[in-house]
Formats: sequence, structure tokens, C-alpha cells
Amino acid sequence: MTRIVTVNTRDLSKSVKEGGCGECQTSCQSACKTSCGVANQACEKVEKK
Amino acid sequence: MIHCFKFDDKNIVLDVYSGSIHMVDDVAFDIISMYEDTPRDEIKTLILEKYGDRDDVNEDEIEECFGDIEELKEQGKLFAPDKYEKIAIDLTKKNYTLKALCLHVAHTCNLNCSYCFAAQGNFHGERGLMSFETGKRAIDFLIENSGYHKNLDIDFFGGEPLMNWEVVKQLVKYGRSIEKEAGKNIRFTLTTNGIGITDDVIDFCNEEMHNVVLSLDGRKETNDRFRVDLKGNGSYDTIVPKFQKFVSRRGNKSYYMRGTFTHFNTDFVEDILHMADLGFKELSMEPVVASPDSPSALTQEDLPVILAGYERLAREMMKRNKEGNGFTFYHYMLDLDCGPCIYKRISGCGAGTEYLAVTPWGDLYPCHQFVGDDKFKMGNIYDGIKNTDLRNEFAQVNCYSREGCKECWAKLFCSGGCAANSYHAQGSISGIYEYGCELFRRRIECALAVKLDNLE
Ligand code: SF4
Ligand code: SF4
Repeated sequence: MTRIVTVNTRDLSKSVKEGGCGECQTSCQSACKTSCGVANQACEKVEKK
Repeated sequence: MIHCFKFDDKNIVLDVYSGSIHMVDDVAFDIISMYEDTPRDEIKTLILEKYGDRDDVNEDEIEECFGDIEELKEQGKLFAPDKYEKIAIDLTKKNYTLKALCLHVAHTCNLNCSYCFAAQGNFHGERGLMSFETGKRAIDFLIENSGYHKNLDIDFFGGEPLMNWEVVKQLVKYGRSIEKEAGKNIRFTLTTNGIGITDDVIDFCNEEMHNVVLSLDGRKETNDRFRVDLKGNGSYDTIVPKFQKFVSRRGNKSYYMRGTFTHFNTDFVEDILHMADLGFKELSMEPVVASPDSPSALTQEDLPVILAGYERLAREMMKRNKEGNGFTFYHYMLDLDCGPCIYKRISGCGAGTEYLAVTPWGDLYPCHQFVGDDKFKMGNIYDGIKNTDLRNEFAQVNCYSREGCKECWAKLFCSGGCAANSYHAQGSISGIYEYGCELFRRRIECALAVKLDNLE
């Protein structure tokens, strides 16, 4: 593909099977304290490649 | 659903439901943007009209691009369908168990910041300190109700938690003494205004606290506008050296320098850069939580200024990264390959279900921002949750249940936002805070741009 470069991202539809362990951070409490985005959270289960 | 946007020389395509991200050239950008609602022939004509004078654009090239798009579609990386509706409904019925507590160990403060959502630390109620006995019972309550969760989080908050420092230390020791046997791993964190930092605090926190949140608003004039002591003197000169010492001894453990910006410093990027120049590398800066009639509240006129500020911040971060002088900004941290799974992305904040705030007297609230509002009192650490209707209400809200999130391309980054923001904006926890959404969406665009710039 010359015009499109696909970045390596976690496949959300695959995470339906692997995910849901519930061990990651559950609120904004230990960070900004005023809003919760999840994008900046790390998953506890998937190992860094 | 896709979201296509440009950031300077970058063309970025986000495929919402697969989470895929593509960097594309101008031609592919236009083709993908039109792909779903424009007939192919028409796209071809339009592209040839616009780019026909370029060597690399002709009918064959355009066909090849169509082919690539179809291939990505086949692989589920472009125009992926939304398959998560059922998961979202199941999540609202889940039997949640507790994972995190915010311990309000001190409803009192040694600063008098006029914008404080905790109303100078006492949350519009009595002043008070949490006793060790109450804190101990809260930790037991967390463990008893934590079900399958192994990682538990406890944040020491206030008011100002260092005003009850001895109890904080005792509670950490207590937690450590029982976690193993209970099969749990407790992560302690602390949020402080810095006034009470001593060597003892630094050493203990650097040993025991998984994260510390250090409140500083940036430049001296910004910080001292609101962050003043009881006599009205600014805190900057006292806290900055303490924070610098704290952070320099923290090693590789995480921390955040956390500021608040208001209507008075919509040029908050200067404050972020000031903190970076002071040597702090993990930064966060949050829009003030204020009622619309407060002079510090952000206005509609501020909005474009703030959005442009986020872009300036992104450019500055890219530049500093290249110079080897980078820093992180909480809202621009994205873990693309190991980020949260779809369950987390849909359910988002666990306030009221997995996360509760505990007052100095042991009363339970859905989160630190609801403390002091009687309507949101859920029970206490002795008798447990009494207001189960309220808990269910919190379990119902996610980015699929909120009407306002349906068409939002950022929903799987945001997961429906903050219940407290929604409550303050709309009087209900199940709405959205549109102003915050606008900020959020721009931050995600900037975050992606910074991230992709680092990968280049
Ligand atoms: S830790 Fe990872 S897999 Fe588990 S719930 Fe969180 S994001 Fe999902
Ligand atoms: S409701 Fe808002 S303030 Fe409360 S924990 Fe959730 S994201 Fe944070």
C-alpha cells in the first residue's frame, strides 16, 4: 500500500475474547481527578511487545 | 464509523470500532472520506479534477487505492461494523465488585484555593480528620467487597491528606500487613498541595506510593491567583522547591504535576511549558470544575482559544521530543498497542460501582466529586451500600447508554465521560458535558498526532 500506512494498534474486536479481566484502573482518582478517559490507561493483561 | 482529520502535514484516519489508525496521503484521505456516501465514479472524477496534474495520480492509481481500502475493510481495519451493543447492555447488568477507594483522610486544608471543588477542603460540611480506626475499617470494607479483583487502588485525598499524615502512614502499613493473605495487591496513591511535604513524606511516598499527584497550576502568577494560604499569600515559592526535591528523589516511579486552568489562564499551555521548564516531566492540566456563574468558569468565547492551545501544546511536544527534551501530558498518553480492551472502553469510569469515596466519618459516595451532596450518599463502611438504586444508576451509564455519545467518534477513547461533569452540566449523571466533549475530542486528535509523530 503506497498511500496508506496502518499503525499497529490493539484490535478492539479481538479484545472481546481476550479482555474484561477488570484489573486496570477504574476511575480518574489516581490521576487527574476530574474526568475519565480510558485512552491513556494501560491494560494489565496484554504484555508490551 | 471513521473519523478523518488533518493535523499540520499529517492525514489521520481513525476506524472507530476496530481501533485501527491509518496515516494516509492527501489522495487516500479524500477517497476514504468520501468512500461511504459517494459513488465510485464520482469519487474518481473529483480526485482527478483535484489532483490530475500530479504524476502519481491517474485512473490506475485511484483503482489501486480503492483496492487497498477494500483489503483493509476485509481485514476489519476500516469501516469495521459496530458489534458491541450487546456487550454494552451486558455491562450494565454486571454484578460489580469494589476495586478502588478514595479516602478523604482530611476534610480540612492548609490552602484556601477559591476554585476548589471541595470548598476549601470541607466539601460544604464539617471539618474533620479520619481516624485510624475508620481508615482501617474502610480498607477491610474494600477487601471484603473486592470479589475477584486482585489489584486494588487506594488514594489518599482530602482536603489535604498531609494534614493527617500519621494516619496515612499507619493505614499504608495496615494495608501492607493484610494484602498478601487476602490475595490482593494494593496500590496506594496520594494527592497533595505540597505545603506539608517533608523528607519523611518524600521517603515514605517514594517507597510506598504507586503514584503521587502534586498540585501546581504553572507559572507563579497563575498558581498564586488561586492557590493561596489562609492569609492570602501565594503558595508557589513554598511548594515548587518541595516538589522538585520530591520528584528528583522519585526515581522511575510515576507522578503527575497536576494543574487546573480557568477562564483567567486560557493560555494554560504556557503554564504546562513552565512546569516542564522547572524539570517536571509528567504533567496534567485540567479544566476547572466550576458553576457557570463563577468568574473562573470557562466561557464559550474561551473555547476556540483552549482548542488552539491544545494544538500548540501538541506541536511543542513534538518539537521537544525531537530535541530529546520531551515530557508527557496526561491527556496525550495513548497506549495504542496495549491499551484498554473493549469492555473497559465501553464502561469507563467505575464511580459508584467499582470506585467509592469515603468521608472522614466513613460515609460512602460514588466518587470524590459527589462527596458532601446528600442525594449521593450511598451508605457507610459499617453497614455497606444502602442506596442500591443509586449504584444501579451508575452501572447503567456508559458510552452506549448515553444518548449524546451515539454519534461521537471518540466514544471508545472516552467511554462516555465523567458522571460528575454530566451531573454538574445537565443535572443528571446519564447526560454529557458537551463543552468537555469538545475539549476531549480535540485532545484525542492532538494525542494521536503526537503519538504518530513519535513513531515516524
Ligand atoms: S486490564 Fe486490560 S483486559 Fe483487563 S479489563 Fe483492563 S483493559 Fe481489559
Ligand atoms: S465520575 Fe468523574 S470525577 Fe468521579 S471518578 Fe468518574 S471520572 Fe472521576
